[in-house]
Amino acid sequence: MSRNPNRPLSPHLGIWRWGPHMLVSILHRVTGAALTIAGMALLCWWLIAIAAGPDAYATFAKVATSPVGLFVLIGLTWAFFQHSFSGLRHLVMDIGAGFELATNKAMSIATIAGSLVATFALWAYIFGATR
Amino acid sequence: MSMGDSSTPLGKVRGLGAARSGGGHWLDERLSSVALILLSVWLIASLVLLPDLHQPTVFEWLRSATGAVPMALFVILSFVHGLEGMKVIVDDYVHDEGNRIACNIVLLFAAVGGAAFALFALAKIAFGAAA
Repeated sequence: MSRNPNRPLSPHLGIWRWGPHMLVSILHRVTGAALTIAGMALLCWWLIAIAAGPDAYATFAKVATSPVGLFVLIGLTWAFFQHSFSGLRHLVMDIGAGFELATNKAMSIATIAGSLVATFALWAYIFGATR
Repeated sequence: MSMGDSSTPLGKVRGLGAARSGGGHWLDERLSSVALILLSVWLIASLVLLPDLHQPTVFEWLRSATGAVPMALFVILSFVHGLEGMKVIVDDYVHDEGNRIACNIVLLFAAVGGAAFALFALAKIAFGAAA
């Protein structure tokens, strides 16, 4: 798409004072893309490994429980919770609610706090149950 | 005005805005997100409640209707929602029309292909011989 250089560009990221709503907005896209690309690739691999039998599953489990595998899984868990809570915030805003500045800021911060707490709680449970 | 046609009559005459099928895409994205919230709660609860995550346990779980059917829905809706989200990202950031169409075709093929492999694996687990 060609741009007329005589026309001004719309104000972009550089001129705004950062707020939690901006972070949550961009995180929604980043986590959504990560869940779609890495999350769905892992889900497909997991299901195919279950279907293929114990040997293929052992290979998957070995990679998934390696330090890099755990880093990716924990990262995707956080991405899932962040995207889910942020998605709930979007559904609230879709019905026209939550646009007051204080409410909007509080909801944005809540999605970040919630995703961190949920990720920590789930993996604390997993590590506790598998020890 | 049919669902999926979000342009106003005046906007359509003037050729303004997204006078194609943005409204239907927007609504589909919300509907799939609500379904995925329910299915995600089911998936996390199931994984936590399974006695272990070794291949025989997971295999038996996905052989049952209560495992295979929600998992098939989770796979399908995850790919639908992921494809819808990635299309928004591509449409926002890939400005050249040829590149944009090419990216959307690659995304569509990847999503349909991934879903096909995952569903084949599920069918093999559910309808194949017992382990």
